[in-house]
Amino acid sequence: MSRAFVFGDAVDTDLLAPGNLMKLPPAELAQHCLRAIAPDFASTVQPGDVVFAGANFGLGSSREQAAVSLRLLGVSAVLATSFARIFYRNAINLGLPAFVFPQVGEVSDGDRISLDPVAGRLENITTGKTYALTPIPPHLMAMIDDGGLIPHLKRRLKGAAA
Amino acid sequence: MVGQVSGRTLVEKVIAKAAGLPDVRAGDLVTAKVDLAFAHDSSGPRRWRPLLEELGVGLWDPAKVAIVSDHYVPAVDAESAAILKTTRDFARDYGVSNFFDMVGICHLVLPEHGLIRPGAFIAGGDSHTPTAGAFGAYAAGYGATDMAAIAATGETWLAVPETIRVEWSGSFAPGVTAKDVMLFLCRELGMDNAFKAVEFAGPLVEAMPMAERMVLANMAAELGAETGVVAPDAVTFAYLAARGAPVEDEAAALALHSDADAAYAAVHRFDASDLVPQIAAPHTPANTRDATEFNEIRIDQAYIGACVGAKIEDLRMAAAVLKGRRVAPGVRLLVAPGSARTAELAAREGVMETLLAAGAVLMPSGCGACAGMGAGILAEGETCISSTNRNFQGRMGHAGANVYLGSPYAVAAAAATGRIVDPRPFLTGAA
Repeated sequence: MSRAFVFGDAVDTDLLAPGNLMKLPPAELAQHCLRAIAPDFASTVQPGDVVFAGANFGLGSSREQAAVSLRLLGVSAVLATSFARIFYRNAINLGLPAFVFPQVGEVSDGDRISLDPVAGRLENITTGKTYALTPIPPHLMAMIDDGGLIPHLKRRLKGAAA
Repeated sequence: MVGQVSGRTLVEKVIAKAAGLPDVRAGDLVTAKVDLAFAHDSSGPRRWRPLLEELGVGLWDPAKVAIVSDHYVPAVDAESAAILKTTRDFARDYGVSNFFDMVGICHLVLPEHGLIRPGAFIAGGDSHTPTAGAFGAYAAGYGATDMAAIAATGETWLAVPETIRVEWSGSFAPGVTAKDVMLFLCRELGMDNAFKAVEFAGPLVEAMPMAERMVLANMAAELGAETGVVAPDAVTFAYLAARGAPVEDEAAALALHSDADAAYAAVHRFDASDLVPQIAAPHTPANTRDATEFNEIRIDQAYIGACVGAKIEDLRMAAAVLKGRRVAPGVRLLVAPGSARTAELAAREGVMETLLAAGAVLMPSGCGACAGMGAGILAEGETCISSTNRNFQGRMGHAGANVYLGSPYAVAAAAATGRIVDPRPFLTGAA
């Protein structure tokens, strides 16, 4: 069972991965994730927890540390009403499932939830509601299944060389 | 494609060519061959090298790769120095001759060197890669892993984006600039236009020099768009010819223009005669209002810098306001020329003398304080007005600092008065 962390619209990459801390090793930088708007997030989030957000999640920079920090903190997926393009690509490339989810407004911060990213099924145990998620496009699921873009590419390049 | 009922947009034409297909339509999933892949010291070699080594490959074509050190320059601590060395070593070891070490911001340096071509499919490891769209290229930003994969294979997947066409008629009143257009559009069109291209057109755009077109394309990123484009024309050709990189087939470049019957996601029309200088208040570019609504916000720092706001044209704007004036007491004006070439031109033209005589502090050419990585970041409670493109909370330093965005005219006027004001009186002699 996981916990839902719920954020609003326009959570940008400067909040997810502050620029003046980008020299830090990834695990340290992750400790500053969302600090400006949720100081306890990084210390509270547990592996398997899920981030919910409103529109335009991840807008701003192309820095993939925004997605890396969430993944290193153990976030198992991000569900938002819409995503910024580069963040969406980065999340998928790094094996962090990102689902477009219009009903974020029905989830409250702290709700107990159960998410099956492969089956595309979300259960909000606190409210008793279940949802079928809009599937991630097949060519991107193939990448997530392989563990991300680089493992996917490794398989492809090995296949081509064989 | 069956049932071709409309023409194609510029973006559809460029992507079709890159994908080796006779025709593509918005929504098609394609694999495109990349004409130019670039990254900088923050997003590039320090991220690419471990991934390329893991894949066991080199660059697919070093001649089509450019690396620019612009974020951690000049090195102020051990980590920055190490990152810059990693970048230099990579360029040497992987055979990258298009390597620009501390000569300016990538989005300005690459056009200066004639590397941005009309019709090219360009991939950059930076969110302001769309700047290159000003030349009629398709140029989009990607994260480091995406770029490493492109560096290894020379290709990437994409869904062909729809295009939003924005047409501007009329002409600018004195003191109004392309920066004001983009702040206005961030408010009007919002910042949530993901997976769409924005095409800028109309008499106002056609009359703009490349520097102003680059502002439009650059801040398409702030609209949340995949890219921004301006169709190539005589202005584009003259710019590239002047840099020793003329367009060989001008007819082919002109054929990239969107067809008259192209299908758009939306068409918006605006008249520049109605536009006044704009100021974006904290903490988003969309929080924009007319500069006439500001008079009481005191500032601690004024910043002329970044890819969007520190070209020679931008420094000239600041100098036009500051000629014969001094920076207000208690205010710091920092000027970070966007490239070494910009600094050289500014010195030669007397623009640098004007800015320094006013009390400006000259900063190195690089991304600097814009991304919070360089010199000139802000303390808690400080207020800055900046010619950059983003004012997200915490971006330029402490999360408790406040950043306003404006044109170089507005930044210079605020430096002179110590308050955010409408810059136009400074240009008409009324201030």
